[in-house]
Amino acid sequence: MSEIEDLEIQLLLEALYQRYHYDFRHYARASIKRRLTQARSQLGFPSISAMQDRVLHDPAMLPRLLGFLTVQVSEMFRDPSYFRALREKVVPHLRTYPSLKVWIAGCSTGEEVYSLAILFREEGLYDRTIFYATDINPEALAAAEAGVYALDRIRKFTENHQKSGGRSSLSDYYTAAYGRAVFDKSLRNRVVFSDHSLVTDAVFAEMHLISCRNVMIYFDRPLQDRAIGLFRESLTRKGFLGLGSKESLRFSAHAAAFSEFAAEEKIYQRREP
Amino acid sequence: MSGARLIVIGASAGAVQALLALLPSLPASFPLPMLVVVHVPSDRDNVLVPLLQAKCRLLVKEAEDKEPILGGVIYFAPSDYHLLVEAEGTLALSTDEQVNYSRPSIDVLFESAADAYGAGVVGVVMTGANHDGAAGLKAVLDAGGVAIIQDRTEAYATAMPDAALEACPTAFTMTLDSIASYLSSLGAA
Ligand SMILES: C[S@@+](CC[C@H](N)C(=O)[O-])C[C@H]1O[C@@H](n2cnc3c(N)ncnc32)[C@H](O)[C@@H]1O
Repeated sequence: MSEIEDLEIQLLLEALYQRYHYDFRHYARASIKRRLTQARSQLGFPSISAMQDRVLHDPAMLPRLLGFLTVQVSEMFRDPSYFRALREKVVPHLRTYPSLKVWIAGCSTGEEVYSLAILFREEGLYDRTIFYATDINPEALAAAEAGVYALDRIRKFTENHQKSGGRSSLSDYYTAAYGRAVFDKSLRNRVVFSDHSLVTDAVFAEMHLISCRNVMIYFDRPLQDRAIGLFRESLTRKGFLGLGSKESLRFSAHAAAFSEFAAEEKIYQRREP
Repeated sequence: MSGARLIVIGASAGAVQALLALLPSLPASFPLPMLVVVHVPSDRDNVLVPLLQAKCRLLVKEAEDKEPILGGVIYFAPSDYHLLVEAEGTLALSTDEQVNYSRPSIDVLFESAADAYGAGVVGVVMTGANHDGAAGLKAVLDAGGVAIIQDRTEAYATAMPDAALEACPTAFTMTLDSIASYLSSLGAA
């Protein structure tokens, strides 16, 4: 039973790649399997193969499946100590550049983008920065661009912002209406939102800071190496790479190309070539 | 002789006392890897690992993403991340939605372990005030593994052992003492 399901999963992932160029073939298998089994039962298919049949013939099915395949869990200033380290240790280096480029890879619904935009504004760097916010899920990108979050999440966001060393009140950056918080347009006038896959796409600009958090845990080792290779190529000399709090370069083929800059907070710096 | 290759343990309310009674009794030569999910509030993460490391003869550590699973090591799921087992014998973390209001979730660990290690899994559900672990333990049984539930009479909270027993009527119920000697005997084979 489980073996057949493994085969069906492999075929479905291959079908998604051949038909839509979404490549999940080298994602960490255990969690993708869990989410596909969930998708099968929640969408009411008798088998993974039946789901494959539908998605091949009906493009409208694709976004629904993507919703299961890509995990959209995020939070503003998630792990405040990460943002505090950026503020206290990385920002002083960034200040020395006349203009800056920041890449938020796997930005999901935008919480991380607004966190960085606010941090850069508070530190006086916003106006000289261009932010690239990328993801493979179009619905997530649209939500990121809209910048609207449920009001009941704001308490946690505010608490995190304060713990990250926030110099202002989070409420300065949004308007509350109808149970939702709408973040200020001025926080995204320097943000470019775009579709980019760490699995299939190439480097597109030279960055001073890349923040890629809780994305690569979903990849297998070779795929992690591909993504980290992209980051390595993309970073300026001595550029910074920030990962999620339980991610590291320890098991990566590119580990030697980076030094630990703030080890606890998983911030790395590209070594001189 | 036993075919056990991997031990998975889940505990919630009352977990600290139960784990302190169980894990320090394992011998330094214990050869199997052990994966543990405990529900703790996400701001209290790292206390359990150093606490148990101080008392155990085995290495106790927080699980890292893509880390190989080694015998004689006790891995704890980090707070706010699910812990999963990959078929090639590595660990994986995920920030997927909570399952049973929990992240990490016992079900997620047990189900992925059953999937990856099949009949080689020994699953242990201990004290707790929720239902997490019941479906996972059933997955362990269905894959041919061994299912153990802490005896409700000595559990600090009985909801979790009760739910597990309802899902897995053929599971063994044991006191912490007998769980300890059973696990130790797996190593001695
Ligand atoms: C768990 S969210 C992380 C959100 C945010 N970075 C954080 O840490 O709060 C993972 C995101 O990675 C995106 N993702 C998955 N595969 C990707 C890929 N190949 N390239 C870029 N983004 C990807 C998903 O769509 C999802 O939005």
